[in-house]
Amino acid sequence: MLEIKNLVVEIEGKRILDGLNLSVNNGEVAAIMGPNGSGKSTLSYIVAGKEDYDILDGEVLLDGENILEMDPAERAVKGVFLAFQYPLEIPGVATMTFLKAALNAQRKARGETELTTPDFIKRVNAAADKLEIPREMLRRALNVGFSGGEKKRMEILQMALFQPRFCILDETDSGLDIDALRVVADGVNALRSPDRTFLVITHYQRLLEHIVPDTVHVMANGKVVKSGGKELAVELEANGYADYKAQEAA
Amino acid sequence: MPAVQDTIDRVKAIDVDQYKYGFETILEMEKAPKGLNEDVIRFISAKKDEPEWMLEWRLEAYRRWLTMQEPSWARVSYPKIDFNDLYYYAAPKMNEAPKSLDEVDPEILKAYEKLGIPLREQEILAGVEPKNRVAVDAVFDSVSVATTFKKELAEAGVIFCSISEAIREHPELVKKYLASVVPVSDNFYATLNSAVFTDGSFVYIPPGVRCPMELSTYFRINEKNTGQFERTLIIADKGSYVSYLEGCTAPQRDENQLHAAVVELVALDDAEIKYSTVQNWYPGDSEGKGGIYNFVTKRGDCRGKNSIITWTQVETGSAITWKYPSCILRGDGSRGEFYSIAVSNGRQQIDSGTKMIHLGKNTTSRIISKGISAGQSENTYRGLVSAHRKASGARNFTNCDSLLIGDRCGAHTVPYIESKNASAVFEHEATTSKISEDQLFYCMQRGLDEEEAVALIVNGFVKDVLQKLPMEFAVEAQKLISISLEGSVG
Ligand SMILES: Nc1ncnc2c1ncn2[C@@H]1O[C@H](COP(=O)(O)OP(=O)(O)OP(=O)(O)O)[C@@H](O)[C@H]1O
Ligand SMILES: [Mg+2]
Repeated sequence: MLEIKNLVVEIEGKRILDGLNLSVNNGEVAAIMGPNGSGKSTLSYIVAGKEDYDILDGEVLLDGENILEMDPAERAVKGVFLAFQYPLEIPGVATMTFLKAALNAQRKARGETELTTPDFIKRVNAAADKLEIPREMLRRALNVGFSGGEKKRMEILQMALFQPRFCILDETDSGLDIDALRVVADGVNALRSPDRTFLVITHYQRLLEHIVPDTVHVMANGKVVKSGGKELAVELEANGYADYKAQEAA
Repeated sequence: MPAVQDTIDRVKAIDVDQYKYGFETILEMEKAPKGLNEDVIRFISAKKDEPEWMLEWRLEAYRRWLTMQEPSWARVSYPKIDFNDLYYYAAPKMNEAPKSLDEVDPEILKAYEKLGIPLREQEILAGVEPKNRVAVDAVFDSVSVATTFKKELAEAGVIFCSISEAIREHPELVKKYLASVVPVSDNFYATLNSAVFTDGSFVYIPPGVRCPMELSTYFRINEKNTGQFERTLIIADKGSYVSYLEGCTAPQRDENQLHAAVVELVALDDAEIKYSTVQNWYPGDSEGKGGIYNFVTKRGDCRGKNSIITWTQVETGSAITWKYPSCILRGDGSRGEFYSIAVSNGRQQIDSGTKMIHLGKNTTSRIISKGISAGQSENTYRGLVSAHRKASGARNFTNCDSLLIGDRCGAHTVPYIESKNASAVFEHEATTSKISEDQLFYCMQRGLDEEEAVALIVNGFVKDVLQKLPMEFAVEAQKLISISLEGSVG
């Protein structure tokens, strides 16, 4: 389970997370919604271990263990996975090469045997086929010249391949066409399991019709300001964030 | 080189400093007296059993050298070299030249083994596919110790031996081609080399012959305070083909060691020469102490029509590198290529690049240079592309990319273009980029540690050039690049 306690984060003196509390149980899919700039991506970066933030207070616990001192690779080995809102390009590095290096680095760090090339190719091809990613794309440099939707799909391919325990999806739905949205949602649903935790950041109820969340949390001004069930997302879709912004300002 | 990974791992396990090849072999050495004068040159020439004409040639070069000035235009700085404080000849003591590998000092063989060189023919025969076989001419300090595969090459008519042997056995070829590409008075270091060169390789491929295996020289500087002045001469006669690999290492020392080689390539009509170098000489410690000074003159002459010369280099070592493998595109329709990866870290200084001199009609050239700077190093690409009046239809494409790791290093690009023919088309592209924090974070989020992430991004950056290297060399080069960038982040 993932627990975030009283997280206070600043960047260059500007407060971005301001005493955020959130817990997500094993097997649970939690949706995070909230206006632009409310700190959703920042939260995902903090959990994944990006530097350059001043963490003034709080804890991030995975199954009770505080991970804030670990570097991003160590957290990845513990099972943290972030599907980026804006995936990075790695010129000259074939997607296949990148995926194999990453998967084997994780396996090695966990004391598991590294996969041989044929084993690896079998796995990656199977995952690509499910997500309707053409195999030819795996030979291209990672994310270089990929369309917005292709990049998002590639993030989900990586998630499927690594089978992480703590998955954060940051606006994976933005940029996806209707068919891709279904394919990606199916990919995520296939990974749902009693010992896996999901944080799904999105602006749209549409995604949550495909990936039905157990809980929905509203973020505003660096805090979770309201939590509820899946009906909360429907309500937000109808009324927007006006109430929460006003509440904060008052 | 199949033993390389193992070697790297083993040496890595022993050594605490950055340099992984820093071991010294204890051998009894035979040296010329310290310093440089005509007697030392006579000593070298006598040791090599050289004919009189060769000695005269050397002495003339020496007298010329005395009148020359050390060049200072490169973007490198180093304390003044005292040329009289060096040994110009050092050879493992042997009563007579070895007839076979069994007569070679086992300590030397051990040193090569540590470097992962498949010197013993049996090993190569046992381990490697016939088409990937490599014949090795190993230069240990100043003497070529053993040459493998001689017989099979001889059957194909290929001559592959040390330059000393060639001077004795094939004087007509040596006289015809030596200094025909790099004239004796070409530059300060080339002239010095002409006076004191001690060994190096000689290759002659007869007309129409495709050399049946890759030829390789492994240079290693072992003795303290010796300058290493090898001289290599490769001639590809009409319609022939040869691929030549050169690898270099040197043990770790406190004093700087000087290396000033001359390499000359001659390609006649329709011939092709591929010359690949992986250079990982000791770069000095983190303060820049020790390390090799590498002042090298490499030049290829596309003398015949439609001939091709390709230089591929991976430069990761040396404290100072001053090196411009060049092509003279004399034959009509000839082609020159230069592919380079230059990695600098710590306090290394690299000033390297190429010259493409278009003399003939419809000559083409291509330059792909990838510079990677880390630590407090300085990495300069210096290139000249020129077209002579008669070089109608000359074409060049140049692409220079620099990658910076950290913010205390420097990358510089100094392209010179001279065209005296209006129909020449020269294109130049250059980029400078930094490994971004975001890229690193992304890779680490996927489980790669920082060094693995840097290595992966760097390998992506140099991929176009790595692909130009023969397979075994490419694998070795990739590992060397990662090793030489260790400790460059964080
Ligand atoms: N490096 C930075 N320097 C200054 N401000 C920053 C920096 N990174 C983020 N911020 C600010 O922090 C706030 C939260 O940003 P964040 O990206 O977490 O928002 P978000 O909730 O993900 O928004 P969106 O819905 O648009 O993706 C924004 O106001 C943003 O401008
Ligand atoms: Mg965001």
